[in-house]
Amino acid sequence: MLFLIIKRILLGFITLFIVSIITFVGTEVLPGDACTTYLERQAFGEQLEACYRRLGLNVPAYERYVSWALNAIQGDFGYSLSGEMPIKDVLGPRIKNSLVLASAAIFIGIPIALILGIITALWRDKLPDVAISTVTIFAMTIPEFISATLLILIIAIWLEWLPGIVIVPTDVSFLELLPNIILPVVAIAMIMTAHMARMVRSSVIQVMASEYVQMAILKGVPYWKMVFKHVLPNALLPAINVVALTIAWLLGGVVVTEVVFNYPGLGRLVIESISNRDLPTVQALAIILASIYVSINLLADLLTLMLNPRLKTLQIRK
Amino acid sequence: MTDIIQKVKNLSIGFRSKKGEEILILKNITTNIKKGETVGIVGESGSGKSTLALAMMGYVKHGLYTIGGECQFNSSNLLKMKSKDLEKIRGRKIAMIPQNAGQALTPNLKIGYQIDEALQLHSDLDEREREKKISELLNKVRLPSPETIALRYPHELSGGQQQRVAVAMALAGTPDLLLLDEPTTGLDVTTQAHVLELLNFIAKDTGTSMVYVSHDLGAIAQVSDRIIVMYSGEIVLEGPSRDILKKPIHPYTHGLLKSIPKLSLAGLPESMPGSQPQPGIIKGGCSFFDRCNFSDDNCKNNSPKLEFLKDLNTSVRCFNYEQLVNENEVSQTVNKIKNKSLDKEILNLSEVSISYAKQKLLDQIFNRISDENPTVKDINIDIKKGETIALVGESGSGKSTILKSIAGLLRTKDGLIKFDGSRNLSSDLKERDPNDLRIIQLIFQNPDESLNPNHTVEEIIAQPLKLYFGLKGEKLKKNIIDLLQKVRLGEFYMSRYPRQLSGGEKQRVAVARAFAAKPDIILCDEVTSALDVSVQAAVLNLLQQLKEDFGTTYIFVSHDLAVVRAISDRVAVLYQGRLCEVGPSNDVYKFPSHPYTEVLLGAVLEPDPDIKPKLVAEDIVEERPPEKGCSFQGRCSRIVGDICKKEIPPWQLTDSGNAIRCHIPIKELQKQQF
Amino acid sequence: MKVDNIYKEEKKSAFAKLSEIIITMASRPSGLIGLSILVFHIILAFTSPYIAPHDFKAIDPTLMLQAPSAEYWFGTDDLGRDVFTRTILGGRTALTITFFGSLIALLWGGLLGIFCGLVGGKIDDVVMRIVDAFLSIPWILAMLLIVSLLGTSTEVLIPALGFFYGKGIVRVARAATHDVIAKDFIVSARARGHSNFSIIWNEIIPNVRDAILVEGAMRWSWMLLGFSSLSFLGFGVSPPTPDWGLMISNARGLMSFAYWAVIAPIVGLSSLIIGINLTADAFAKALGIDRSTKAPV
Ligand SMILES: Nc1ncnc2c1ncn2[C@@H]1O[C@H](COP(=O)(O)OP(=O)(O)O)[C@@H](O)[C@H]1O
Ligand code: SF4
Ligand code: SF4
Ligand SMILES: [Mg+2]
Repeated sequence: MLFLIIKRILLGFITLFIVSIITFVGTEVLPGDACTTYLERQAFGEQLEACYRRLGLNVPAYERYVSWALNAIQGDFGYSLSGEMPIKDVLGPRIKNSLVLASAAIFIGIPIALILGIITALWRDKLPDVAISTVTIFAMTIPEFISATLLILIIAIWLEWLPGIVIVPTDVSFLELLPNIILPVVAIAMIMTAHMARMVRSSVIQVMASEYVQMAILKGVPYWKMVFKHVLPNALLPAINVVALTIAWLLGGVVVTEVVFNYPGLGRLVIESISNRDLPTVQALAIILASIYVSINLLADLLTLMLNPRLKTLQIRK
Repeated sequence: MTDIIQKVKNLSIGFRSKKGEEILILKNITTNIKKGETVGIVGESGSGKSTLALAMMGYVKHGLYTIGGECQFNSSNLLKMKSKDLEKIRGRKIAMIPQNAGQALTPNLKIGYQIDEALQLHSDLDEREREKKISELLNKVRLPSPETIALRYPHELSGGQQQRVAVAMALAGTPDLLLLDEPTTGLDVTTQAHVLELLNFIAKDTGTSMVYVSHDLGAIAQVSDRIIVMYSGEIVLEGPSRDILKKPIHPYTHGLLKSIPKLSLAGLPESMPGSQPQPGIIKGGCSFFDRCNFSDDNCKNNSPKLEFLKDLNTSVRCFNYEQLVNENEVSQTVNKIKNKSLDKEILNLSEVSISYAKQKLLDQIFNRISDENPTVKDINIDIKKGETIALVGESGSGKSTILKSIAGLLRTKDGLIKFDGSRNLSSDLKERDPNDLRIIQLIFQNPDESLNPNHTVEEIIAQPLKLYFGLKGEKLKKNIIDLLQKVRLGEFYMSRYPRQLSGGEKQRVAVARAFAAKPDIILCDEVTSALDVSVQAAVLNLLQQLKEDFGTTYIFVSHDLAVVRAISDRVAVLYQGRLCEVGPSNDVYKFPSHPYTEVLLGAVLEPDPDIKPKLVAEDIVEERPPEKGCSFQGRCSRIVGDICKKEIPPWQLTDSGNAIRCHIPIKELQKQQF
Repeated sequence: MKVDNIYKEEKKSAFAKLSEIIITMASRPSGLIGLSILVFHIILAFTSPYIAPHDFKAIDPTLMLQAPSAEYWFGTDDLGRDVFTRTILGGRTALTITFFGSLIALLWGGLLGIFCGLVGGKIDDVVMRIVDAFLSIPWILAMLLIVSLLGTSTEVLIPALGFFYGKGIVRVARAATHDVIAKDFIVSARARGHSNFSIIWNEIIPNVRDAILVEGAMRWSWMLLGFSSLSFLGFGVSPPTPDWGLMISNARGLMSFAYWAVIAPIVGLSSLIIGINLTADAFAKALGIDRSTKAPV
């Protein structure tokens, strides 16, 4: 078991390592470098030299990578091009805000998805299933920026129930933030919830058709006891991993939604730094977002590892 | 009347096809199960026996529905009952023992919990009493150390143990009626015999009625008082066990019994033509008509009714059963196999060892295999041209592993494989030239897996013809038609896909593909195991015919000793990848035998109520061969002490030239075994 | 005995197979709806330049933000352009780019996946690590980066999208290949001595084709979602070319007065994505594949 866990964690680090190389090489190989893209037409002579020196671009690529990676591990991503501020100071509060948004979406989305998935599976092909499944297929396909726009139009503009645009400073307290984030959270959670509900549904249906569930019925186990003891533990276990993968999708959604709501999170920073061609910040963002994704998947794997009796006994025997 | 426990009346169950037709799986079934009796329901796969057994618990699978009739238990119809009331009957009054306990036990719940659940539902015991009861039940099904077993998860047990747990779970509710759906299918021969013996014991001990569903007449013969024979969704014959097995008066059962290979008879049994039709195909007339030897015009247009014959206490669905009533006991005729086996040796395996162990980096670099205790070790067999040599043993004994190495699919660790007495065959495909690849062909167990589902029969058979002989166009087509004819399939099969063929037909295509390469040696890996009983004999006969025509050599792997007896000239018995006994099949099937051969022979279930299996050894599952000494030491009941554990036993020759590898002298073995 | 031979199904041409699949798809209401929407959009994409009532880039300050009328069915936008014209033209770029993008994704993802599944071992390990790493970079970041550095021309967008959405297909194709190569018919072909190429072409591809095609169809709808998000953020189609994502983004600020300018492209885009999705769903069902167990990666 311990061995499996360590192996899994190591794999996570290897993935991150490759991500760092990809982003580094990516920004390296693509035409232009941070300075030429940033300075655009003024990219020559003295100004260019200065920029190179400031970013340390005048040393060989692998050296830059090593020093960048070493610093990044300690949370130091260098300086952004535009603000001349240490990137980590820019990132800090925005990460917090984005995490608030993302985790709210996850914590609301997962239970709803579970309930919907289970209901649709247990009432398969009956009215609740048909109704919910139709809604989920719509929810699953509408891009966040559309649902966000519609939410603003209907709830904020026409009904005037909630603010449509988040106009708060970056370091606002959670309570003040709350009414502002309801709409963005709904927009973000929609796609993810719909996806998860469908996955849970098909997983539960699969298990319901298994021989052991048939056996439980033939043993006289009452319906709900069967559902909770024999079906759900076996159906939800494989769903954990797929749910974790969905979260990668969600991170992209967060970016778009934040732009729509003008929310002071990582999303807007992504757009800003890309529009400003601020490559050091983009690199930092890539690594941070990838780490979030990798850790969520790692967590999911460890959770499955712990809950799966097959794997649990694997090492007892060894 | 009170002694009837379950009454099935005019039961019809079916489903709706994609075209909207109603297709019957059970047609108007009527029968009674009496208190205390064991009824065997026998039929081929798809005959509807599982559906019937499930209906007896008021359960109809998703996709199927009841068309008419009822299943009465205590005079209430289970099929109309609310699920609340059914919960009180299922497990408590009627319990089920499933076919595949490995899949029927919930994977995330411990064994103890699953039995406890049944106790909680169906008894008033308190927690302490229940705990005691769990131990008792596990003891009753003869599981070792019940306390530790109760704490295990299902996947931590062997197949036989899982099946025993399922039995214990069913007994927890002290049911009046036990339904068993193929409870021993899928288990090893020896385990199967042990589980059957346990079931017999439980039937006597508890007095429960049992309904035993199986495709295997051998297993049915061991347990049942009464037998119901099903064919194509109908009961075709029902009566006392002995009469049905000795003097079946329905042509299907009659033919079936004749076509099952027996241990006592060498040679190929008569085969039955055709195969059971798919549900929904037959629109009128007797469903057995096109396979029947007794049919006439009447059978073609009218469907026979199930008729009760009072003096025989038997029900039969046939117009012409009288022709069979007066016949004597089923007398089996066999075609003795006559192989022109030459003295010339075609394949020599010497000192072959094969390992599945994952190799360390260093060994990978030096491209060598190191394993002190390989899966297969010291195989020495010389195979003569034209003979059929069989490899027998339980699952995991290394039969398929050896075939794979001969085919070049698995590298050997040591040893040589020689063709024609001179040419070395590498055990690595890449080092064989095309001709070496052509001379050895494989036929697999399951034609569903061995035929590409996306290719037509034509494309399948064309592959070796194109590859080895570069045939094209008309010539290719002509060859394919020829081959199809040889395996008794018409030209129109060319455009069919495997899914449109029955199991027997698919296996014929696989045979045709193997012969297309004009091989010298064909490796047959359990080629009849996945087939229905009534089709098995036909495929065996076909294989024999083809080899007589082409002079091919067969290496025939099977776990079924009766099948091996029917087709092989010589037999090699394997345990844990080591040879135990090699010799002419006549002698291997006679005593004295290696103690393991003795166990295997004892466990064979014959479709004859008078031949009971002999249980000689424990049915332990060994995961790996012992480090040293005799491979069979772990289970041998004749073990003679330390020498068996330390030294590899020597080969000894019997008078008839049969080689046995055991520390007990031949003379002594002979004495012990008689 | 009268026998009704249900097995009399002969070998069919690829065209016959395809039409059979489409008929199966259309036999379900959701499949029929999806197919109709998709066909409608495809036809619209081909014909819209000829049927558009107005010039899509004709700016007229006097006509700013007109409500829908007989002349301007969907009203006008902030520059006085006809929203109806722009809406029916607004799907063309997205549809073409994502269609070819998914085709590329299908090809490279499918082939690499089959290759990895077949060779296994170290090569497979390394490739899968790299694929995993790409999977963990959020799509939006990667796409934005590529587009901002290389520009938003079609020649950049198609391969870039194709590359990015293909990595998920690698996994599926690899898993499908793994399932197939354990089967006895592959063992049989190897034992006969067929070449690797012949095994891939004759034995593996026919058996993993369906799974990969379904993946490709799914990617199409996701790619459309991703592409329109890019447009929306201003990194996709450049103005004045009409594009739904861009139109929504432009009209959003004024939607409290002129909701029509935002509703029309929303309906256009949503219906296309739903259409593709329902079609992909029906396609998967017709081929007997359960696509709902897959995460959108
Ligand atoms: N859910 C189902 N839908 C359609 N056909 C089924 C279903 N279950 C079983 N069948 C068909 O019913 C027939 C009888 O099945 P079964 O009772 O399992 O037979 P047996 O136990 O004798 O093998 C088979 O042809 C099988 O294909
Ligand atoms: S009714 Fe006719 S066809 Fe049917 S089993 Fe009897 S003899 Fe054969
Ligand atoms: S050598 Fe010993 S352990 Fe092996 S079979 Fe003979 S008696 Fe049994
Ligand atoms: Mg069955």
